Amino acid sequence: MVALLILIPLIGIIILNMLPRETAKRTAFWFAMAIFMAQIFIALSQHTLFSGREAVEFYLVHGTALAIDSLGVIMLLSIGIVALPSLIVGQCMLSDRNELFRFINLLIITTIGMTGIIIVRDIFTLYVFLEITAVASFVLIAFRKDINGLEGAFKYLMLSAIATVLILTSIALILISSCGTSFAAIHEALAQSGSNPLIVFAIVIFICGLLIKGGLVPFHGWLPDAYMAAPAPVSILLGGIVTKAAGIYTLIRMAASVFIFDERIRTMLMLLGTISILAGAFAALGQKNFKRMLAYSSISQIGYIVLGFGTGTALGIAGAVFHLFNHAIFKSLLFVNAAAVEKQVGTNDMQKMGGLSSRMPVTGATSVIGMLSTSGIPPFAGFWSKLIIIIALWQSAYYSYAAIAIMASVVTLAYFLYMQRTVFFGELAVGLENIKEANFGFVLTSSILAAITIGVGLFFPIIFNIFFMPVKEILVK
Amino acid sequence: MNVEAWQGFLTFGFFVALLSVAGFYCLLVTRSLIRAIIGLELLIKAATLLVIAAGYFTGMTALTQSLVVTIIVIEVVIVVVAGGIALRVFRHNDDLDIRRLNNLKG
Amino acid sequence: MINDMNINLLLLVLMTIATMWTVMGRSLLKATIGLAVTSAVLTILMFRLNSPLAAVFELSVCTGLITVVFVSTISLTKPLTHKEIIERSKARHKRFGYLPFVMILAGVALYFLKIPNDFAGMADKYIAAQAAAPDPRRVIWDVRQLDLFGQIILMIAGALGVVILFVEGKDKDER
Repeated sequence: MVALLILIPLIGIIILNMLPRETAKRTAFWFAMAIFMAQIFIALSQHTLFSGREAVEFYLVHGTALAIDSLGVIMLLSIGIVALPSLIVGQCMLSDRNELFRFINLLIITTIGMTGIIIVRDIFTLYVFLEITAVASFVLIAFRKDINGLEGAFKYLMLSAIATVLILTSIALILISSCGTSFAAIHEALAQSGSNPLIVFAIVIFICGLLIKGGLVPFHGWLPDAYMAAPAPVSILLGGIVTKAAGIYTLIRMAASVFIFDERIRTMLMLLGTISILAGAFAALGQKNFKRMLAYSSISQIGYIVLGFGTGTALGIAGAVFHLFNHAIFKSLLFVNAAAVEKQVGTNDMQKMGGLSSRMPVTGATSVIGMLSTSGIPPFAGFWSKLIIIIALWQSAYYSYAAIAIMASVVTLAYFLYMQRTVFFGELAVGLENIKEANFGFVLTSSILAAITIGVGLFFPIIFNIFFMPVKEILVK
Repeated sequence: MNVEAWQGFLTFGFFVALLSVAGFYCLLVTRSLIRAIIGLELLIKAATLLVIAAGYFTGMTALTQSLVVTIIVIEVVIVVVAGGIALRVFRHNDDLDIRRLNNLKG
Repeated sequence: MINDMNINLLLLVLMTIATMWTVMGRSLLKATIGLAVTSAVLTILMFRLNSPLAAVFELSVCTGLITVVFVSTISLTKPLTHKEIIERSKARHKRFGYLPFVMILAGVALYFLKIPNDFAGMADKYIAAQAAAPDPRRVIWDVRQLDLFGQIILMIAGALGVVILFVEGKDKDER
């Protein structure tokens, strides 16, 4: 049944492209909407709460194992929740029917790629789906064929291909000691020969490849350019889920379940996470472009996730995954707001804006919610996930890391307050008197995302215990 | 794996490392977009050679051949998409110079 | 002296020379031909390493298809005038001329790395099990079917990319 998550969209795309043109263009939007809703529904139904089964269930598709466990449920849910706003904003912003049709096709392919990453249990198939996601992202970033988009796409392509080479070399070296490519076989092989320098080298370069895809410092060179230059609905997809599913989820899965999660890897992850938090936060302070600031903020938040994961305790991992889910929600919310502003005002330059909330009340209000959640202000969801990460750090006696995390939260609040003041509050800028509120699609999506942030924040104890604490099972000793 | 086979694998590994250095050098030093794609190709070929060598020296040739077939397909798609982007950049800038491709700053 | 490993060594050196020719090639077309030669040597190496299926794929796809893609991309981008080519190639020689030194340096550095001389407890049991050497075509169909689906999806994405990027459509903002 799990394989249907990939097969049905694939067959759907093939059929969609074979229908007569006019019919296809009209039905594409609803078909994609149906697929994403089905994905959310299937993800929720696989959770132990509703299906009453054991946490992990293995399905064999002709020899390849597929499985959804507690971490998989959260990721599939996030993918569905982020793909829907991207679809709706794309419908609102792309006026040409041909372009919209191609965009929807690529969006479905990216979703297939990410779903594949989540459910496979084989290192090479994981690599294939990583590449699918990457190629679809290149084309999406270069979608409008303007020079900025092409530049962003090319930088992402170069760095992603280097990551490809690193991952391939690592797989080749790991194949020396393992008899197959499935996770179970590799784990067994690494348990025996894990201290061989060649294997350690292989693990290190694999992790480096994943860090390039995830956008951590110092491998983040492509991220601000790609996020900024991409068309608005693509930025929502990229910032909301693609880097996290491709890079960070894979890192968590490989480090916890396949590689030996020992002291050295943990220290390296914590250091890199901390550097990312600081670099992202301070770089976001000086940005004038709305989307570029959001991109650096993403780097900072991903640093939090990796820092929390690096502690290795059950609470730390649960907090990291919780922050991953929250980040998908509030970053998509902020990018939807950026898209609404871009469509109404026509630019992303923050210095040309001002006082927009008097004309665009819903956008302004939801962006305030998104900002408060990112900075970790109670009672929004972001506060709880950051608090859990900091508590996990404190419990493992990493006091300096906890102090840095708290301090970076203050910097986050600072640059978001700057953004709010410049863009939404204050004097209405010249020439913007005729701005209206963005149309219904934007209003609907941003309201729903804001409602989810508030809801998760208010019902935090129940949600955390049911959905996120079971994630600790992915740690295989 | 006996020592002889291991030495053989290390020889292949040595040459793969040299090829990777050449590919990286090409990627870093070049000024033309297309030459950057060529450098990328060389890197992927070096990785492919390593996979095949790993398969030969452990006897798992069937598995590694299956992997390499998929790797080659991925390589082609990446080259085609990269070529498309290079073509569009050329149509905009009239030039394939990487150094002119730095509008996004900050 | 002509035993298996020596021929492989010769082929590897040949591949390295072809790679250096590719990197230092004076024009883009020479570099593309160098890439095709590298692919051809890689194919011969694959045949010698008991991987005929992969070798055939590599030959037809990389030596053939990718070279065609490169040549068509190069020909679609305007060639420079003769003077500019000479200027550019002089500047390039200064930069790319360092390649042989870099490679020799890397070779020497690698030689001194401490890599263990054996690999205990490893694939002995697998070599015995693989004595039957299953057909890779059956492996692809039986074991790695999901990879096949992945390839199909990837090719659809690539086709969409080609349609979007290569087609000279109604470009509104082609400035």
